[in-house]
Amino acid sequence: MKHKVELRNHPIELHKFRNRLALSAGFVLILFLILYTRFYYLQVSQQEHYHTLAEANRISILPLVPNRGLIYDRNGKVLAQNYSAYALEIVPSEVQDIESTLDELATIIEITLTDRQRFKKLMKESKRFKSLPLRNRLTDVEIASFATNRYRFPGVEIKARVFRQYPEKEIISHVVGYISRINDQDLEQLELDGALNNYRGSHHIGKIGIEQSYEKQLHGITGFEEVETDAAGRSIRVLSRTPSTPGNNLILSLDLGLQEAAEKAFGDHRGALVALDPNNGEVLAFISKPGYDNNLFIGGIDQENWNLLNHSIDRPLNNRALRGVFPPGSTFKPFMALAALELGKRTPEYSMSDPGFFSLPGVDRRYRDWKPGGHGKVNLHKSLVVSCDTYYYSLANDLGIDNIHSFISQFGLGKKTGIDIEGEVSGLLPSSAWKMRQYKLKWYAGDTISVAIGQGYNLATPLQLAFATTIIANEGKAYLPRLVKQIQNSQTGDIEDIPAKLLYKLNLKPKNIEIVKNALVDVTRPGGTAAKVGANAAYTFAGKTGTSQVIGIKQGERYNEKSINERHRDHAMFIAYAPAEAPKIALAVLVENTGTGGSTAAPIAKQVFDHFLLGQSPESTTTESTKSVADHVHEHP
Amino acid sequence: MIEPRKIWYYFTRYIDGFLLVGILTLMSVGLIVLYSATGTNINKVSHQMVNILVALVVMWSVANIPLQQIRRLALPMYMIGLVLLIGVALFGEISNGARRWLDVGVTKIQPSELMKIAIPLMMAWYFDKHEITLRLRDYIGANILLMLPVFLILKQPDLGTALLIAASGFYVLFLAGLSWRIIVGLGIAAASSLPVFWSIMHDYQRQRIMTLLDPSQDPLGAGYHTIQSSIAIGSGGMIGKGWQKGTQTQLDFLPEQSTDFIFAVFSEEFGLIGNTLLLLLYLAVIGRCMVITSNASTQFTRLIAGSITLTFSTYIFVNMGMVSGILPVVGVPLPLISYGGTSMVTMLLGFGILMSIQTHPKLIKT
Repeated sequence: MKHKVELRNHPIELHKFRNRLALSAGFVLILFLILYTRFYYLQVSQQEHYHTLAEANRISILPLVPNRGLIYDRNGKVLAQNYSAYALEIVPSEVQDIESTLDELATIIEITLTDRQRFKKLMKESKRFKSLPLRNRLTDVEIASFATNRYRFPGVEIKARVFRQYPEKEIISHVVGYISRINDQDLEQLELDGALNNYRGSHHIGKIGIEQSYEKQLHGITGFEEVETDAAGRSIRVLSRTPSTPGNNLILSLDLGLQEAAEKAFGDHRGALVALDPNNGEVLAFISKPGYDNNLFIGGIDQENWNLLNHSIDRPLNNRALRGVFPPGSTFKPFMALAALELGKRTPEYSMSDPGFFSLPGVDRRYRDWKPGGHGKVNLHKSLVVSCDTYYYSLANDLGIDNIHSFISQFGLGKKTGIDIEGEVSGLLPSSAWKMRQYKLKWYAGDTISVAIGQGYNLATPLQLAFATTIIANEGKAYLPRLVKQIQNSQTGDIEDIPAKLLYKLNLKPKNIEIVKNALVDVTRPGGTAAKVGANAAYTFAGKTGTSQVIGIKQGERYNEKSINERHRDHAMFIAYAPAEAPKIALAVLVENTGTGGSTAAPIAKQVFDHFLLGQSPESTTTESTKSVADHVHEHP
Repeated sequence: MIEPRKIWYYFTRYIDGFLLVGILTLMSVGLIVLYSATGTNINKVSHQMVNILVALVVMWSVANIPLQQIRRLALPMYMIGLVLLIGVALFGEISNGARRWLDVGVTKIQPSELMKIAIPLMMAWYFDKHEITLRLRDYIGANILLMLPVFLILKQPDLGTALLIAASGFYVLFLAGLSWRIIVGLGIAAASSLPVFWSIMHDYQRQRIMTLLDPSQDPLGAGYHTIQSSIAIGSGGMIGKGWQKGTQTQLDFLPEQSTDFIFAVFSEEFGLIGNTLLLLLYLAVIGRCMVITSNASTQFTRLIAGSITLTFSTYIFVNMGMVSGILPVVGVPLPLISYGGTSMVTMLLGFGILMSIQTHPKLIKT
């Protein structure tokens, strides 16, 4: 039946439809005729006119690339700057034979194989009428010798260009980062951001670190110049000009002097250090060792240097402070101790006797203390001072993993701090829900035991540990860590402060935090794990040592530093703040493969404190001078 | 034993040879022009080849689906498109001052592209459903179906796409037999609503229309595009300046040479003769599409084929019109020639539908 209806209407429908379709076809033909008429008008009737216009169309609009903003440390020392230099450039369309021109040029100016390869690559990507750099940073002698030979090289010119430079290189590379040539990915991102127009004429963009994260501030606004050009596109006369607006300068909270002191204190060790001002979150020092020469990346790094950096066993390109995750080891204990007090699982008075190991009820396995035979009677205070493991094994068992997780995550472990450079990783503060999600496995009581002393699934970045330390240091206040302190308008010179951002304030009982803080001070006093370092300090400071295991030790085996491959040795950790009574600086130190925190990490922290609080550089930090300052302080209480 | 002949048969049985040759020729022209427009950038050309390959696979796949099945997709596709458009309005990413993209985690999508196919499908489906009882009420219903997404796209704001999508819907209405009285009425209504339109338009949209009327008013801003592309076309003359020899193109006077303004590059380098051949080539493809439309057996297939054909023609006209300075600059690529993957895929999806209509057995003989 259904078909019958359709069939009845069908011929009429079809007829009507075909009528309409014929009309549409006619309509399309008319549109195409209009187009053809327009083309005929432009290309035949008006051809003369437009030909003249095209010939005279020598008014080209050239972008004026803004100068990139500079980067300073907090005292105005330059960390990233620009300089003008002369570059040898070639316009391929004006050169008959590129190969022979390059060969001839090489006889008067040094041109390396790398220069040639880079130029060829650029040529493939660019228009033939574009001027492309062959050599940067010509010397005066080279400029002079080219000038005398210039007539031999049509299409080759010397041009003044602005280049970026990082005078501090390795010391600051992981903070400042670098700029490098804009690639296809960058272009896509710029197009999405609607910023492509502003990058006409720009060749470089921030790739990592401050240079990347503050690209918008640093780049500036591109200007335009209306230029009259000759038939080959060379400019003859400037007609009008919209100047570019240079990028803003950045003033970091970082103290270059302190950074250098910290860098020096590391010596040849690998590791990381993050020092923060607990009162506002400012980053005072930010070390990831080894660093790298960030100047290498600006013009595009060559293969040889890239291989060296990328394949080095020391992994200099890895930003350990921001992206390196390590088990926090015993630096985790102060947070555990606070959890015990705040959640009412331990009183300060409660003490246990430590036989040197802990076993879960009904299980044979022994979780050993680092000290064979144990620490004897241990209360909460002593547990931190001597870093007793057994105390925390049993505490963790009483707390349970999910209490530990929810309490300690308040200190920022297991999540990004939100520092103002990109690439931060979140580390890991485990919970039973996490393990189920990740491995589809139940959480076992045994898992909790190793978490108690910062091992097991626990992973934190040095930045996170420093951040967590600031929260203890100022009794619950969490300030957002940030590297950029001020932004300076490079035209007016006006400086805009970026206000400190209080993220939250933890509601901790003053008595509890005082107990933990007192214990942390005693860590640096006789009997404590960092007593050696604390012995000659001119100020009181508080800290906690830690050892971060690189490889697991089997049940019944002993860790023997000498028999283990150097790269598998434990990392030394130390978190600290000073002065203990009114903290001005809080930090976390990690020294790779050097054993316990007290022996290598704590002395580095001490040198950083000395420099920051006393203005001493590491060379002068001999016992003698420390003592004299200490005496001086005592005389004037 | 598998015979090569048989494989060939299964591979090509739903492909319309005439249409395929036309499409491939146009794409080849596109690649040749792109090579010149990008300053012999082989990376961009090979990227476009990948785009073309993907689009051809899409076309082949769609051509292999019988229309009854595509018909079932009409309603879901339309609904998804509509939901995504509302999503864009609420959470869309702002780029270039307009909210067009939606970040769905894995990738960013531009739902208005989906609508270019979904609208004709949906409207054709709607009319097919109400085939026997076409009353004024049905036209009003269809109109609402059309105006909802058009309004959302207009608000993004993307005037060009909104108008083109409105056009593709209007073609279905027109081919379905919308009475002349209503068409004239609509025309008058549209004309009288122009002042209202003008008032809700964004500044840059108004600027473009003003510039069309007098490009010399703003030679460095919005008028720059039109002036430079007119010079490029005009100075090309009868035979053109030759491949890779267009000064407007090579000296970068011409904006957006590889995307929306690629026709100016072609025109400058190949002249009026090239333009004429290109127009004829497009007409051949359109002609073939018209034949397929005319032979289609059901109301649904006729309407969808007709709308796709006319939309394709409109794109060509609007792009060439804006590049040659008789239409305002709206962001419309030249079909099958402009650089870019999305529009290529959308276009070939349409051609895939046409091929499916042509090559699958027809239910009712005409």
